[in-house]
Amino acid sequence: MHDQPSVSELVQAVKNFVDHSAMPELKGRAAFHARVASNVLATILRDLEAREGNDAAEYERLKALLPGSDGKSREALNEELRDKIRSGELTVASAALMDHLKKTAIAQLKVDQPKYSGLATALED
Amino acid sequence: MSEKQEFDSRLQAVLRRVYGEQTALASANRLSGGASQETWLLTLNGTGAPETLILRRAPEGMEATDDSRAIGLPNEAKLIRKAQHAGVAVPEVVHVLEPDEGVGEGFIMSRVEGETIARRILRDDEYAKARENLPAQCGRALAGIHRIDGSDVPRIRESTGLAQVEQYEQTYQEIGVCRPIFDLAIVWLKENAPKPLEPMLVHGDFRLGNIMVDEQGLAAVLDWELAHYGDPREDIGWMCTNSWRFGQSDKRLGGFGDVEPLLEAYAAAGGAEFTPRDIDWWDMLGSMKWGIMCMGMYETFRSGADASVERAAIGRRVSETEMDLVNLLEGQRHA
Repeated sequence: MHDQPSVSELVQAVKNFVDHSAMPELKGRAAFHARVASNVLATILRDLEAREGNDAAEYERLKALLPGSDGKSREALNEELRDKIRSGELTVASAALMDHLKKTAIAQLKVDQPKYSGLATALED
Repeated sequence: MSEKQEFDSRLQAVLRRVYGEQTALASANRLSGGASQETWLLTLNGTGAPETLILRRAPEGMEATDDSRAIGLPNEAKLIRKAQHAGVAVPEVVHVLEPDEGVGEGFIMSRVEGETIARRILRDDEYAKARENLPAQCGRALAGIHRIDGSDVPRIRESTGLAQVEQYEQTYQEIGVCRPIFDLAIVWLKENAPKPLEPMLVHGDFRLGNIMVDEQGLAAVLDWELAHYGDPREDIGWMCTNSWRFGQSDKRLGGFGDVEPLLEAYAAAGGAEFTPRDIDWWDMLGSMKWGIMCMGMYETFRSGADASVERAAIGRRVSETEMDLVNLLEGQRHA
């Protein structure tokens, strides 16, 4: 498939339209939703950029954290992790678990809400 | 007559019953609210009547149902009147709507001047004094609220801390997503639940956004629909939850102050004595609850019930609370 313009470029073009053409024409609730839409488009751009790398890094951490993980998908390992947390096998006392969850949360938040105050707090530590 | 004209004329009849026949409704403008609860600004002409009033109403068929967590507008009006007797700053309820008045369920209250938008209260110079005064004012207000005897108000449920953990755990499991940070927070909350206190009336949504603030600070406590019998620390912890600090994380209480002056004023006004550490569990509960509420709001988009971009986007705010939960759990490990 051709990639000119790329998906990112197309999304950026729509964002430009929302920000510079549509939003100044709107009032009240519609203006509010246009601002939300613009933020969503920015999230899409960050997601396109970061997802592949984030998923791969999360997968590697899950494999290191969970024994017998050969051949299991990232989704399956996440469910296994959840079950071990629910059963009490993995707790906040595990430094490896906390390190994994913190890295996962940071990577997700950098895509979802990079200006959120809790991200700065986590990056300070 | 259009539907709006009909509505205005019924509303004017209500106002005449309260303020006399010379009263005229000059305008009724919808301010905000979702499909089920509306807020209207009313402007009036006539001697003896105030220039402006606020109407809170649920249109016919949109009233809070018995299985809802909301107590319903008529009960909210009863609680606001009780709060006023308890010395809590609230709007004055001037009239509770009757079914035969034909304008739905709800009540009319005085309009309290001030600001509810958190970012303005936290940022603007004109609220500098308010930010200083707010912690102690909130402490005194909560002591008053927690003393209210609501036994003759129907539909107020009991919901303790641990019951809320279980309720939100159930919601999370029903939604069915796999987000292990929530599982870890739920396990920690269950294992570290504080000894329950005698349930008392709590506001249930006490935070910036739901209080009216003027240049001197707390002008009125609003939005009583989630009031219930529960633990007094819930109201304090909710205001401390990082999601309700609106970006000012370094100020634990609502982004405007420290929790210590609130606790001092709370105890001085007859409330129990708590330490900041006593609030930690409730702070964590708050982040867990808000995260699962965001999941639930996104579910209304995913299910097709609400197609708005806002409902879709809120699903990408769950990670804010995941980060807060990780930060708080890290803090507990080192505590």
